[in-house]
Amino acid sequence: MSWFKRKTKGITTTTEEKKDTPKGLWYKSPTGKIVDTEELEKNYYVSPEDGYHVRIGSREYFEILFDDNKFKELDANLESKDPLKFEDTKKYPDRLKAAQKKTKLKDAVRCAVGKSKGKELVVACMDFAFIGGSMGSVVGEKIARAADYALKNKLPLMVISKSGGARMMEAAFSLMQLAKTSVKLAQLADAQLPYISLCTDPTTGGTTASFAMLGDINIAEPGALIGFAGPRIVRDTTGKELPEGFQTSEFLLEHGFLDFITLRKELKDKVNKYLDLILNQPLRK
Amino acid sequence: MEYLEFELPIKELEDQLTKCKVIGEESDVDVSETCKQIEKKLAVAQKEIYKNLSPWQRVQLSRHPDRPYTLDHIRAICGDTFLELHGDRSFKDDKAMIGGLGKIGDQSFMFIGQQKGFNTKTRQYRNFGMANPEGYRKALRLMKSAEKFGIPVVTLLDTPGAYPGLEAEERGQGEAIARNILEMTRLKVPIITIIIGEGASGGALGIGVGDRVYMLENTWYSVISPESCSSILWRSWEYKEQAAEALKLTAADMKKQKLIDGIIKEPLGGAHRDREKTFKSVSDTIVKCYDELKNLSPKDLVSQRMDKYAQMGVYKD
Repeated sequence: MSWFKRKTKGITTTTEEKKDTPKGLWYKSPTGKIVDTEELEKNYYVSPEDGYHVRIGSREYFEILFDDNKFKELDANLESKDPLKFEDTKKYPDRLKAAQKKTKLKDAVRCAVGKSKGKELVVACMDFAFIGGSMGSVVGEKIARAADYALKNKLPLMVISKSGGARMMEAAFSLMQLAKTSVKLAQLADAQLPYISLCTDPTTGGTTASFAMLGDINIAEPGALIGFAGPRIVRDTTGKELPEGFQTSEFLLEHGFLDFITLRKELKDKVNKYLDLILNQPLRK
Repeated sequence: MEYLEFELPIKELEDQLTKCKVIGEESDVDVSETCKQIEKKLAVAQKEIYKNLSPWQRVQLSRHPDRPYTLDHIRAICGDTFLELHGDRSFKDDKAMIGGLGKIGDQSFMFIGQQKGFNTKTRQYRNFGMANPEGYRKALRLMKSAEKFGIPVVTLLDTPGAYPGLEAEERGQGEAIARNILEMTRLKVPIITIIIGEGASGGALGIGVGDRVYMLENTWYSVISPESCSSILWRSWEYKEQAAEALKLTAADMKKQKLIDGIIKEPLGGAHRDREKTFKSVSDTIVKCYDELKNLSPKDLVSQRMDKYAQMGVYKD
């Protein structure tokens, strides 16, 4: 019975060499569909069976939008301060540190310039993982600087919103970022540079009350929550049951606040098609 | 006169004083000495209470039921010259947002502001000063009309927030506020903004982007109300006082943060204690601000306003 005997002691096969082993990372969509993460990644982080658009961050959006994932990040080192010495159940600097450690991000937005279908595009993309994608001074300033970069280099700007709203821990400073980012969008408009706003899940509060709704075109991913007041607040205030699909992308399209809804895999094509059309350029393949 | 909880010691003394005076009038007893004593005590109590108001107490004063509201200010400042204008030209006339033309001296101004009611019926009529999208669109229509004719704009802010209603969402509350903020950054006439009560978040800023922004002494201005902040960050409504403290939302705090240009002093005890004096201070501030702005070219005016807002924020580079 020698085939029961090990010739060498212990398990020597490395994990990488093992075949067909479960990676232990599956994604379950809200409708209950199970997807292998690798497959999900190949499918633009969209669940193939039910079309559910999984929440992703700036890393993934940059990969989707920029050719060969090549881009130059702008103002990567901007970080939040604590101007109000804000403390609730936690101190704000502690919250920031914890968020930075968890997400490996500096704050809730990353901005970059790179080629998309061969032409340069400035993209500011929010990261929901960082304190709910909340907008404080850093988010405002980085978007403002991204707009400045677009102005200086005569490039179109795209902002990808994914945010619960303004960051409470910077109170009125956060509120004023609505005005600050709007100033820059007004300057872009005066310079006739296109600005595209992509609303993703979720886009609520202060972002909706500023740059998310101010695009030359406002577009969205399917099924995203988009609104000013969150659904819970609306229900609590009005005491009414919310209709099916309230505050989804489809609801906003129906009520006239979006130009169109795009699947993530068509995002790059559609954005560049719009830019070619509005700038009266030949359509890129 | 209604009293807030922390004002009760004052109410007690004021009641005593009234009683004392009545006794003096109705009998032969000489009460002048007693009255004087009470008056002295009252002055001390008032000083002590009103000079050391906590942020939460100021929030309460900003919502005092006797506090003058937007139309009270405008009618007092402009008198018969005020002409109210209605409607957003696409959906309806929002009663929570009022506007119209009026004169201070020889100069016409376009006044815009959120309006609260003074009793249950009018509070409902005014939707508690919470405007719907059509309110913000009405405000923008009036601002554009003012711009067309070179008329300066005065906005008076007093709102617990934009209305978080179902229909408000359907009609694009976020878009309406966003559009106003953007258009106000580049409006070619002077904009003077005064927070006369509550300045709650986007609902306030939606008519609040100004060349000059002033706050009355007992008002607040922030990204969220202390109650909502408490419920989100502390997960309970009980921490509103701490939240009011943490948000640094008083006029003095906002001035220190350089997010507003100045504070308008209120009479001791709040704007409602001497309404005429309050109206005069507000009117004087409008005139002073307009004098500072009226000779700027539209180009300089807009670029200064844009620079001011572009600089707001604190971060590490």
